[in-house]
Amino acid sequence: MRIRSILKKLLVSPELEEQVNNIRKPVGVYGYDPWGYNIDTCMICLSLFKNIYEKYFRVETHGLENVPAQGRVLVIANHSGQLPIDGVLIGYAIATRKDGPRAGRAMAERFFPTVPFIGNLINQVGGVIGDPVNCIKMLENEELVIVFPEGVRGSGKLFKKRYQLQRFGNGFMHIAMTCRTPIIPVGVVGCEETMPSLADIKPLAKLLGIPYVPVTTPIPLPAKVSLHFGKPMMFEGDIDNEESVTEKVRQVKTEIRRLIDIGLSNRKGVFYG
Amino acid sequence: MVKKTKPKVLITGARGSLAQQVITRMKSHYSLVIVDFRRRVIMDDDIPSYFVHITKRGFEDIFRDHQIDGVIHLGRMETDESDRFSRYNANVLGTQKLLDLSIKYHVGQVLIMSTYFVYGATAYNPAPLDENSPLKASELTKNLVDSVELENLSQLYLWKHPELNITILRPCNILGPGVRNSMSLLLSQKTAPVLIGFSPMMQFIHIGDMAEAIITAFQKNNPGIYNVAPNDWVPYQDAVVSCGCRRLPLPSIPPALPRAISLMFDQKKFPSYLINYFKYPAVIDGSLFAKTFNFKPTRGLDYIFSHYKRKKSHMKE
Repeated sequence: MRIRSILKKLLVSPELEEQVNNIRKPVGVYGYDPWGYNIDTCMICLSLFKNIYEKYFRVETHGLENVPAQGRVLVIANHSGQLPIDGVLIGYAIATRKDGPRAGRAMAERFFPTVPFIGNLINQVGGVIGDPVNCIKMLENEELVIVFPEGVRGSGKLFKKRYQLQRFGNGFMHIAMTCRTPIIPVGVVGCEETMPSLADIKPLAKLLGIPYVPVTTPIPLPAKVSLHFGKPMMFEGDIDNEESVTEKVRQVKTEIRRLIDIGLSNRKGVFYG
Repeated sequence: MVKKTKPKVLITGARGSLAQQVITRMKSHYSLVIVDFRRRVIMDDDIPSYFVHITKRGFEDIFRDHQIDGVIHLGRMETDESDRFSRYNANVLGTQKLLDLSIKYHVGQVLIMSTYFVYGATAYNPAPLDENSPLKASELTKNLVDSVELENLSQLYLWKHPELNITILRPCNILGPGVRNSMSLLLSQKTAPVLIGFSPMMQFIHIGDMAEAIITAFQKNNPGIYNVAPNDWVPYQDAVVSCGCRRLPLPSIPPALPRAISLMFDQKKFPSYLINYFKYPAVIDGSLFAKTFNFKPTRGLDYIFSHYKRKKSHMKE
């Protein structure tokens, strides 16, 4: 607690503090919500990440205004880059935008809570394990939830499969329809090149109990990242059968594919531009 | 004119600090009968007090001697009081006997105290856990089997015997003056063990608020299962610091290591079977109880923790 106060004083600028304080997020008297989100840790991490976002990955955003300033919303994006950098970048973009900043809640892989320090840190900056109950409760709380329906199939894929969307799970669509929640599709371009994986050491991953062990660079490369936020997509009505849900998921996937293609055609180079 | 008689209520576990608070608050509105298996509890001359084990035949005498209208079952054999087989007998089979006697003597209402421990603390718990969440505690340790079995048994009677009007309460950590559960004893110490790299979200309710919750649920009599927790959360390590404790960091991985280390501690204060609760969250959703009974705790976290902080300053003196 004391370390956090010192770090906050040292790192958090008054502008950022004001910006984060504008986020309408109910927390308890110690600044936490039931999932462990903490407003001070969030400010510190945003401060630490500022240069990485602006100078290292030089993130460009398009269509950020499509994200509603309030109310429940699901942000659905393509997943890549071995580490969940894409989730952090999307969350940073939404939390620091001038009009209507919001605290994005990212659905994290299920093994994170078992890792000392990392599990708590992810919770404090807004991440929670990817459990449908968490997602539904957060949406009922009128929160913004970031979901990667490809899961580890997307983040752990090899470089040769870059920008090939993997199978999308149907879970997010069930939740969107049940909770009457708009979907904001996002096409992420650049994260594929941050940690290009040449191979996956599956036996080692199995031994360590983690989804994959990539043969890749020791640190993420400074690829230029662009985030393309699409228009809200609303899927209403009762769920007739799983095939109809799959069809709706396909529509979201097609839109994300379109946003990625826009990003790829607009970019001048992987590391510059 | 017919004189209105006070309803007669049996309160078990009368020696416990929570039961004492409930008795003190209820005695003017109800005709109370109290019982404890550890020793005879003297509250007031006009409150009949029994010293009998719930599993013994003599326990039925309470029902023979008094026309009991309602039961508030707070009595529980704690982990430091006996081995798990005796606990199973007292807590599970004893509760079954209590419920059978309640049917036999036409008791109209039973309130049973459970605990949030029944949900189990695992890395994969969503939050907050509502009353429909599965009870996974017995997966973690055999020492919590009696808590889960007590719940299952009570639920069985809840559905099979609607005439008993059973209410089951699953409170979060109860803290405050006189409370002698593991968490309260731990936070009363100058040094409290913490697991390196883990600080799960926790909820705390003041003993006074919990007593009010029990009385409110009993008075309004709306049978069912309810979590009882305030709408506030704090990580365990922050709670430790706020209570004025020094943190004693313990290795957290591999999982067997903290369990082995906890065996060196006082088992009541840092029991090995609760290690998971110091590592992973089991945050409960108290909204159903709050809505059904229009209940809101009046004492916040700072007030709750200040009691433990004051205790430390007395220790220094």
